[in-house]
Amino acid sequence: MAIIPKRCEMPVQDAAVRAHNFNEVALGYTVEMAVAEAGRCLNCKNKPCVEGCPVNIAIPDFITKVKQGDFEGAYSVISMSSSLPAVCGRVCPQESQCESKCTLGIKFEPVAIGRLERFVADRHNECGLDNDLLPAPNGHKVAVIGSGPSGLTCAGDLAKKGYKVTVFEALHVAGGVLVYGIPEFRLPKKIVAKEVDALKRYGVDIQTNVVIGKTLTIDDLFDQGYEGVFIGSGAGLPNFMGIPGESLKGVYSANEFLTRSNLMKAYAADSHTPIMHAKRVAVIGGGNVAMDAARTALRLGAEHVYIIYRRSMEELPARREEVEHAEEEGIEFKILNNPVEILGYRNPNDRRDPKNGFVTGIRVIKCRLGEPDERGRRRPVEIPGSEYEIPVDCVIMSIGTSPNPLIKNTTAGLEVNRRGGIVVEENTGKTSRDAVWAGGDAVTGAATVILAMGAGKTAARAIDNYISGKK
Amino acid sequence: MYKIIKKRVLNPTVTMMDIYAPLIANKGRAGQFIILRVDDDGERIPLTIAGCDKSTGTVKIIFQVVGATTMALNAKAEGESICDFVGPLGCPTKTDGIKRVCIVGGGVGCAIALPVAQEFASLGAEVHSVVGFRNKDLVILEEEFNACSDKLIIVTDDGSYGRQGVVTAPLKELLESGEQYDEVIAIGPVIMMKFVVETVKPFGVPVTVSMNPIMIDGTGMCGGCRLTVGGKTKFACVDGPDFNGYEVDFDEAMERSTMYADFERREREEGCNLFKKEMK
Repeated sequence: MAIIPKRCEMPVQDAAVRAHNFNEVALGYTVEMAVAEAGRCLNCKNKPCVEGCPVNIAIPDFITKVKQGDFEGAYSVISMSSSLPAVCGRVCPQESQCESKCTLGIKFEPVAIGRLERFVADRHNECGLDNDLLPAPNGHKVAVIGSGPSGLTCAGDLAKKGYKVTVFEALHVAGGVLVYGIPEFRLPKKIVAKEVDALKRYGVDIQTNVVIGKTLTIDDLFDQGYEGVFIGSGAGLPNFMGIPGESLKGVYSANEFLTRSNLMKAYAADSHTPIMHAKRVAVIGGGNVAMDAARTALRLGAEHVYIIYRRSMEELPARREEVEHAEEEGIEFKILNNPVEILGYRNPNDRRDPKNGFVTGIRVIKCRLGEPDERGRRRPVEIPGSEYEIPVDCVIMSIGTSPNPLIKNTTAGLEVNRRGGIVVEENTGKTSRDAVWAGGDAVTGAATVILAMGAGKTAARAIDNYISGKK
Repeated sequence: MYKIIKKRVLNPTVTMMDIYAPLIANKGRAGQFIILRVDDDGERIPLTIAGCDKSTGTVKIIFQVVGATTMALNAKAEGESICDFVGPLGCPTKTDGIKRVCIVGGGVGCAIALPVAQEFASLGAEVHSVVGFRNKDLVILEEEFNACSDKLIIVTDDGSYGRQGVVTAPLKELLESGEQYDEVIAIGPVIMMKFVVETVKPFGVPVTVSMNPIMIDGTGMCGGCRLTVGGKTKFACVDGPDFNGYEVDFDEAMERSTMYADFERREREEGCNLFKKEMK
């Protein structure tokens, strides 16, 4: 059969329309598209894609099932390795993982593995049967802290082995970054809720409104009879730049802005949570979170949204697809620009002027690229005298996070590194504390959903080995 | 769901509730706070813990009806439930080495000042309390303050109860009369705490203030509650809510608290209209 060089495009909402709504941008493959795309897979012998996947999904196997029209079969293959296929099909950086290894990709466009995964998961969620066989309980209790991607994966894997798993979540809904961070237009919340419900069917108990380190400590969990604890508490405290004006009204961390919009539904007209509907917005940073914040601000009614990033387009850490979507929607990229000050309104004659203290602009300095740093990325060098002002009424800081100290401060013997990340053994996720494992952003600092899932999986295996070895 | 075990109206705008939340009751200490949501689509609001009872598993909250959320909370009756209740958040008030303390409370802030006063009393410290209200009708918790204070001074803005004036006047007199405090703790409106700091400064006594800025998650994740303390950015939810009063930038904190003033006014008006309709 002749090779089709180009992958099947996935339909998306028109950019002009989607820039004003919170509905999902990408619409997913139809059955015909999925079968056609699956037909491009060479089913090569050495399966390099599987190695490119942090949770090692048997990719060619599920694609073969799609080719045959056996979509439920494909789902079964994926769910052997992944607890959250509908999520990963949407938010994984496939282009730098499985798809980057695809043999077809050497000469042509690689198989659209992510789109196929998404198709299979959505198809299952729409019309699949949930005939999951409940495993026989093995009588052992494990606690999982945090219900984000690493925690849910760890909980799912252990529950499938018969463990009684309780997940403790600090917020009022489960999902972690999948519900408070990633916007509805990229990952609809009903999809997250479905994945969480699937875990509940396996007997996972999810306790919301419990902050480990405050409501209960890790020592309390051991006192309650849990034999192992997995910490998947996420990234934590948002960083600020330390420039003047960061306390002005209209300056948000990306975490706050996105949490207000996503978790607290501030984008809905009848929401009780306020959010600024700014006309001109500057988002500082170039990662996926910055793209999410920029595109959310646009949908809330901004006329100009700027991404301010101190390196060039080449170095943007965000996924290519996210950058492209943002550009199509009209996000303006101010690259090689670094903020030096946020400017605010101050009426010299009236201290009670209600406009006092609101953002009016941001002063930035132009940069050029210098020598590569230790990670190989070219360092931005400020160009003296190139400062200029951009009028904005809202600034969103999206320059990363620092680990949350709540668990570290209340857990004796839990070792953390210089930056505050929990120290673990790479192959197991084991921490310096007995019977405590960790994974995800709490260990690595801000990273991707799939890496967190991989860490949750690794830890689940290690926890199972530890507890079954005790017998 | 978290059940309202007891509800008591303290004055026309301030209500006390005991909420069944045994895990929090077990851990909560003076100075810490909780975050609650009344209904499924409600906002998250922080309220300082006014007391914990381990034997009944209840946490006491005292709130002023100021916005849409506190209105909705106040509309709940004894036996009904609220959707979410999480805590105890923040750090407890430090009590180590303090033998003589002056607690200054303003308005509904007295609800938060009370458990702090009680905590010091139970540790055997000498407690002087200066509490201020706008008028006689708004005075709350007098009996409770009396029970845990070696000295209690009540002031009202209009002189309709206790002494006339603001809290800083009697505080200054106490300091001038030679009272030696290890610490002054001020809990109330930001403007009051700012003036307490200015009043105490010449006497060189440490001042702790309890900040209650806008926040969402209460665990350090959003950074909305940030304050400038000693020139550094601090998060009230994880670093506080208690801070060294001499280091807090009160003007900035006051300004930041008005970020959503317009939104809140609209919500409140809508809420009021709703209640008016219901009453008809």
